[in-house]
Amino acid sequence: MIIDHPLLGPRDSSEFTYLGDAKLIERPDPDAETATRDFYEYAYLRDNPAGWHEELWFHEAGDRSWLVVTRNTLTHEISKVEMARDVARGKGRSK
Amino acid sequence: MTQKNRLDGGQIDTAIPMNFKFDGKSYIGYQGDTLASALLANGVRLMGRSFKYHRPRGVLSAGSEEPNALVQLRSGARQEPNTRATTTELFDGLVAKSQNRLGSLRFDAMAINDRFSNFLTAGFYYKTFMWPKAFWEKVYEPIIRKAAGLGSLSLLDDPDVYDKGFLHCDLLVIGAGPAGLMAALTAGRSGANVILADEDFTFGGRLNSETFGIGDDAGAVWAAGAVAELASLPNVRLMVRTTVIGAFDHGIYGAVERVSDHVAVPDAGKPRQILWRIYTQRTVLAAGAIERPIAFENNDRPGIMLGSAIRTYANRYGVAADKRIAIFTNNDDGHRTAADLHAKGVKIAAVVDVRADAPRSMDFEVLHGQVVDTKGRLGLTFADVKLADGTIRTLDIGALGMSGGWNPNVHMTCHQRGRPTWNADLAAFVPGGTLPDGMIVAGAANGDMSTAGALRGGAQAARAALGLKGRLPKLPAAEDAPVNLTPFWYVEGCSRAWLDQQNDVTVKDVKLSHQEGFRSVEHLKRYTTLGMATDQGKTSNMGGLAIMAELAGKTIPQVGTTIFRPPYTPTAIGVLAGRHRGQDFHPKRLTPSHTWAAEQGAVFVEVGNWMRAQWFPKEGESHWRESVDREVLATRGSVGVCDVTTLGKIDVQGVDSADFLNKIYCNGFAKLAVGKVRYGLMLREDGIALDDGTAGRLAEDHFVVTTTTANALPVYRHMEFVRQCLFPDMDVQLISTTEAWAQYAVAGPNSRKLLEKIVDQDISNDAFPFMACANITICGGLRARLFRISFSGELAFEIAVPTAYGDALMRKIMEAGAEFDVTPYGTEALGVMRMEKGHATGNELNGTTSALNLGMGRMVSTAKDSIGSVLSRRDGMNAADALMQVGIKPLDLGDPVPAGAHLMNADGPVDAAHDQGYVTSACYSPNLGHAIGLAFIKDGSNRIGEKMRLVSPLTGVDVAVEIVSAHFIDPKGERLRA
Repeated sequence: MIIDHPLLGPRDSSEFTYLGDAKLIERPDPDAETATRDFYEYAYLRDNPAGWHEELWFHEAGDRSWLVVTRNTLTHEISKVEMARDVARGKGRSK
Repeated sequence: MTQKNRLDGGQIDTAIPMNFKFDGKSYIGYQGDTLASALLANGVRLMGRSFKYHRPRGVLSAGSEEPNALVQLRSGARQEPNTRATTTELFDGLVAKSQNRLGSLRFDAMAINDRFSNFLTAGFYYKTFMWPKAFWEKVYEPIIRKAAGLGSLSLLDDPDVYDKGFLHCDLLVIGAGPAGLMAALTAGRSGANVILADEDFTFGGRLNSETFGIGDDAGAVWAAGAVAELASLPNVRLMVRTTVIGAFDHGIYGAVERVSDHVAVPDAGKPRQILWRIYTQRTVLAAGAIERPIAFENNDRPGIMLGSAIRTYANRYGVAADKRIAIFTNNDDGHRTAADLHAKGVKIAAVVDVRADAPRSMDFEVLHGQVVDTKGRLGLTFADVKLADGTIRTLDIGALGMSGGWNPNVHMTCHQRGRPTWNADLAAFVPGGTLPDGMIVAGAANGDMSTAGALRGGAQAARAALGLKGRLPKLPAAEDAPVNLTPFWYVEGCSRAWLDQQNDVTVKDVKLSHQEGFRSVEHLKRYTTLGMATDQGKTSNMGGLAIMAELAGKTIPQVGTTIFRPPYTPTAIGVLAGRHRGQDFHPKRLTPSHTWAAEQGAVFVEVGNWMRAQWFPKEGESHWRESVDREVLATRGSVGVCDVTTLGKIDVQGVDSADFLNKIYCNGFAKLAVGKVRYGLMLREDGIALDDGTAGRLAEDHFVVTTTTANALPVYRHMEFVRQCLFPDMDVQLISTTEAWAQYAVAGPNSRKLLEKIVDQDISNDAFPFMACANITICGGLRARLFRISFSGELAFEIAVPTAYGDALMRKIMEAGAEFDVTPYGTEALGVMRMEKGHATGNELNGTTSALNLGMGRMVSTAKDSIGSVLSRRDGMNAADALMQVGIKPLDLGDPVPAGAHLMNADGPVDAAHDQGYVTSACYSPNLGHAIGLAFIKDGSNRIGEKMRLVSPLTGVDVAVEIVSAHFIDPKGERLRA
């Protein structure tokens, strides 16, 4: 596969390490009443879609950016590649 | 020696004869021959034995689709099983042997299987060898493996080199027949970067096998001209002997170039093969078509082959398959073979056509009928033809061509789940569904079966792929005959008519599969093994589908088709491995003191990719334990030195560094003073320990984190995840400095005295107490880092210098330490000392253990949030009888304590249900004089002093042990604070 890195352009997927569902960005609030339940779901429950999937890739043999790659698990088509940091900010993870 | 079937003409060079041997007998062929064509020229039809029934077999085809003529090529370490004689380029000195026989090829003892064929039908594996169960491994499988099979490996190291390479282009053209050549010419003339690859050793594809012309030239001459023009274009790369084996995601193709397969031994410096990874936005697939056989009784005898193969042998190689030939056909193409052979003076006994309206010929007899049986034990001698009026006519022939129509070669169109669609005119599947990114199919592969259609399709495909505008240039004139075919798959009423010759699947097997309920095409394939051999059923799948359709009362497209997977043809594991084998399997990382350690005669061990000194044997030491015991005692007695560079080092800088480490580690770091080091435990989010190490604060906004050797990379990756994905606006930067600093542990009561001779600062206990750290200088000005940390439990330091000075520092330490008899120690002594001290490593942080298990439950701060803190508090992680780390010592001090053994109550059953825990690490402690171990046991902290049984049923160990504190040495930690 080829991943179109937002900063570096198209790079072979062999330069990357795969982590999984980009929902891992949405770490729950540890102070919430429901924190134990929230963290249990966060740590263990994942969707396994046959189709579009937002996932985390780490450019380990490159610039060490974490990316959010929107990829179709059936066809391997990639529709979007974003810096994970920007996605995290978009989800309100700024300090 | 005469080549009795050699004809005039063809693309062989009779001026260059080549000697070769098959099954020990010498023959002569010519340059330009394949092994198959040269054998046929010499009258050799029998080339192998079939997989299951050991039936005599010869060539079926003249290309890479060959199911039968598989030979063992070369000898010694270069011996190569299952090589297709039809694609093996003849070279002088070639040696080949037939395979899968017991005794000689002519008198194969295993041919008895053929007599018992009723027991070996479809699914026999599943039905026959069911019980007794114990028979499977010892009796059935070895016999089946031996009886059924292909060639054998030499079991010697492959002496050749395989390479990998990367290529990029605007257009990849796969196949260099008329469509591929025209596509490459069109694209090449436009200035685009083009790669043209073909598996054959000569470009031209079918043009080399046919007699018809293109423009004013013979087809092969036109092809040679096209190749010459392409070779003159700097933007075109011609890759002969190169098989594109797979179409992968996003326009990435795999291709194997056989650089040296056509010579006995690769030229100096040349690889045997190269695996190319080709990146291209657009691809023209011009893979041609493959002719299919017709199933009839005993249609597998040597001499019976595809009609197109007979034509190829005659036109390209100047070889008559035999002196008396007949053709069995359902379409006009069979007549073309007969005409070509007749023109070369070969006697055509008859063309047997299933069609009543078959074309007639002045040159040979055309019979309306079907071939219903053949004779000839080791090769075809007679064929019985049943004529339309029901009479049988026997033909006296040595070769019979089967022409059942052509299948577009859709293999590569399926590699991205593309599913071919049915074309009724061709009675064949054509490319369909989703093709690989950017792929356009042209020529016969796309169902354009004429030469003119191929030229036109190739030009149009290249223009479409590159977006070329303007009018299509005039193409040379070529034959444009329509396909004229009546679908015909098998002759009724036969009992042993072969569909898949490589896996010995007959028409009857397919019927049996249907009768027994294996009716879906995928079930059919697996039950009968149709199409599952190394040729992936290139010549056999269609026949099986047609019969299934007939039995089910459906049409072929309703039955569906299986799809093809990479690789296109069998690919050597060696070329996939490339240079990554043996010592080069992965890179080797050397520590800064490696050269010095090697000089000392160190024994090295691979840790991660690092080579670390395991111990340093001294003269007179005959066992590793002697060396390790000495190193431990010398360190605890005076001073030792160990290279700890391999531990991961991560520089953490920025205003929020302390906050960041508070998230990473379960224990607190915010209040760590500048100039101090703290032990830290990292958890995963599920509360399981990830890694441990130390973090030293060199400045308010600067920490140095260390990780274990094995986890240096995963921990760094994890920290970057936390930084970028969870806390994107923390002011913190990370960089791995593992390789930037050489670091040595200097441990033992004399370690301070030793280092005082090297460092420029005061490192007295007051000035530099336990857990201090600092940027310092050594040797009068060299920048260095000093940490007062101890893994051994002794008074100890770790000193780091820029890597370039690592070797010099080790030599300096040894020189300065001479008066203290400083002793270098390796990873074994390091392990012994950490076990004596009760320190955990990877054996204990094994992916299943929590902070609580490790005896560090209270370290998990409740005053702050950190990764893993919430789930650490779950009930299940805090059960009353949770595993806890303890020490183990044998009651009889002479007994062993094996790692991996399990602990059982002293009284009570010894079984998994009563398991109390297990030993994670164990060693002999030279300080205590007996074996010790670290273990996890249930409710361990309350069981100190308990006597238990340590058992390992696998190794026969059953030892009485006592549970003790894991801190065997200096439990109060007085030594390290000295």
